[in-house]
Amino acid sequence: MGLREFVVRRLVQLVFTFWAFFTLLFVLFRLVPGDPTSMFLLDGMTPEQREQRIAELGLDQPLHVQYVNYIEQLLTGDFGQSFIYREPVIDIIVVRFMNTIVLMGTALFFAYLIGVTFGALMGWWRGSRFERGGIIVTLVARSSPEFWVGIVLLSVFVFWLGWFPSSGMRTTGGELGGGFIQRYGSIDFLRHLFLPALTGAIVYLATPTLLMRSTMLDVLKADFVEIKKAEGLPEMTVLYKHAARNSVLPLVTVMAIATGAAMGGSVVIETVFNWPGMGREMVRAVNTNDYPIAMAAFFLMGSVVILMNFVADLAYVYLDPRVEYE
Amino acid sequence: MSTDTDTTPQGAVTGLEKRIEQLRDGLGVFKGDRLGQIGIALVLVFVFVGVFARPITIEFLNVTIPGLAPHDPNARAVGGRLEPPSLAHPLGTTQLGRDVLSQLIAGTRVTLLVGSLAAFMAVFIGTNVGLISAYYGGWVDDVLMRITDIVYAVPFLPFAIVLVAIVGSSIVNIIGAIVLILWRSTARVIRSQVLSHKQRPYVESAEAIGASDVRIMYKHILPNVLPLAFLYAAFAVGYAVIAEASLSFLGFGDPNMLSWGEMIFTVYTADAIRQAWWWVFPPGIAITLFVMSVFFIGRTLEKVINPELRHQE
Repeated sequence: MGLREFVVRRLVQLVFTFWAFFTLLFVLFRLVPGDPTSMFLLDGMTPEQREQRIAELGLDQPLHVQYVNYIEQLLTGDFGQSFIYREPVIDIIVVRFMNTIVLMGTALFFAYLIGVTFGALMGWWRGSRFERGGIIVTLVARSSPEFWVGIVLLSVFVFWLGWFPSSGMRTTGGELGGGFIQRYGSIDFLRHLFLPALTGAIVYLATPTLLMRSTMLDVLKADFVEIKKAEGLPEMTVLYKHAARNSVLPLVTVMAIATGAAMGGSVVIETVFNWPGMGREMVRAVNTNDYPIAMAAFFLMGSVVILMNFVADLAYVYLDPRVEYE
Repeated sequence: MSTDTDTTPQGAVTGLEKRIEQLRDGLGVFKGDRLGQIGIALVLVFVFVGVFARPITIEFLNVTIPGLAPHDPNARAVGGRLEPPSLAHPLGTTQLGRDVLSQLIAGTRVTLLVGSLAAFMAVFIGTNVGLISAYYGGWVDDVLMRITDIVYAVPFLPFAIVLVAIVGSSIVNIIGAIVLILWRSTARVIRSQVLSHKQRPYVESAEAIGASDVRIMYKHILPNVLPLAFLYAAFAVGYAVIAEASLSFLGFGDPNMLSWGEMIFTVYTADAIRQAWWWVFPPGIAITLFVMSVFFIGRTLEKVINPELRHQE
């Protein structure tokens, strides 16, 4: 099978997975306790208004018609109205989604930057005390739930040292600029971002570190590393230019998958630090029965995971020509 | 490697000898691995604490083994409110005057229960799916693997939150939510292992003498992939415990079963996190220690299964 055929087949599978995920959402949110229609109705409506609203939303239609309508709505980004905010769900969720992307993107960037460096050095100085200590530190980081790492950082840097603000995304009353830079570039914002991003970085550090270390150990066995050393190149040049570069490949796949997995982690980290992102919004929505928001958040998170798994598969075959398409 | 046929008495002997050899090899690896030993020791301590947490009465012997917890973890006002550690309450008290140490000890049970049950069920399902999928191939493989792909598309925590909100937050539902997602990785790994075993002579010879599919799968192939299943079970225990703790921390835990995650949730909702360090740190450290020891055991098991890893350190 050629590359093109593989991509086409994978694309078909992507569409199928999306369809299955949509259906799962439909089933889950129709199982909501109480009258399933109630999730699309607002409080304080007269019976006539209710009837009208139910007819408007097509909830009096048979289930299969509702299902088709539902898929149409998802594809056009129509998630209905939030019960609490009384605003279209899409307007609320897009802003939250951006906040989550900024937070988790920063966390993953540092996790992989530090993880790759750390892992490469651990592989290079194999058998040293540095390596043994490093493995233990990474395993401890990996064993800690996200919320626990967050609480430890809060206790040390906020309650004890008082270096950072404890929660939120910006100081209340702070100027909310219109542009992207004003929004996400101010010192105040970065001070709020630091601890939650560090929490994510610590938790997601373990996978790239351990993977980088073990691929480094494989690459270091290869002849070309010995040859480069014999050529008299400085140690760091061999490490960086030759050994590390050839070890990075498997990380690309893992990184794409980790980005998807970080969607779930955002739920916890955002709750600990009161970060106004999609994860915290989802917890709030489920607790207050604001189902349209909960469903939209779940939909977006799942979509990111599906897309990232797709990217991972493509990156894998694209980057490593030895891979057989199966 | 490939003489693993139990169909003759002689074959059975070699099969058994091989297992004993494998076991001895495994023990040897554990003997040389400090982290693995620490892991086993810690898990044993947790199991001991979990089992003897509360008083156990054996009816027909008419004896009661006293529990390790010094107080009833749910008894209100055994001490003052939010008291720092003292001799009477080594880990202080909560905002309702409950004893933190007793809560910590009682919470061990929930952790062990969720960790072992969820991991066992997830690996049981995953192993069977992987085995059946790889052995039959064709449309069976296609259907089972597409289902696995779909489960891979579901983000765990959001799914668990919604599910628990719909069906109610009891310990059974939480374990169910964890199992529904956790089996996927075992299924994929076992499938690829079985695929390689399917081509080996021992399977072909079993087929040739007319052994049934079920017999070949469970009697011949399964024992060879079982060590890998154990490895995934060890990691699954860790992931399940983290998952339960995270769910409880978000407030979706079983209200009738006090777990470590729920203790931290209570500290948060009581707004006591700033002062009551004695209440926050013990459950958090307990979670990390438990998961860490399980991962240490997993790492050592990895070396037992894949001897190449033994030379990496």
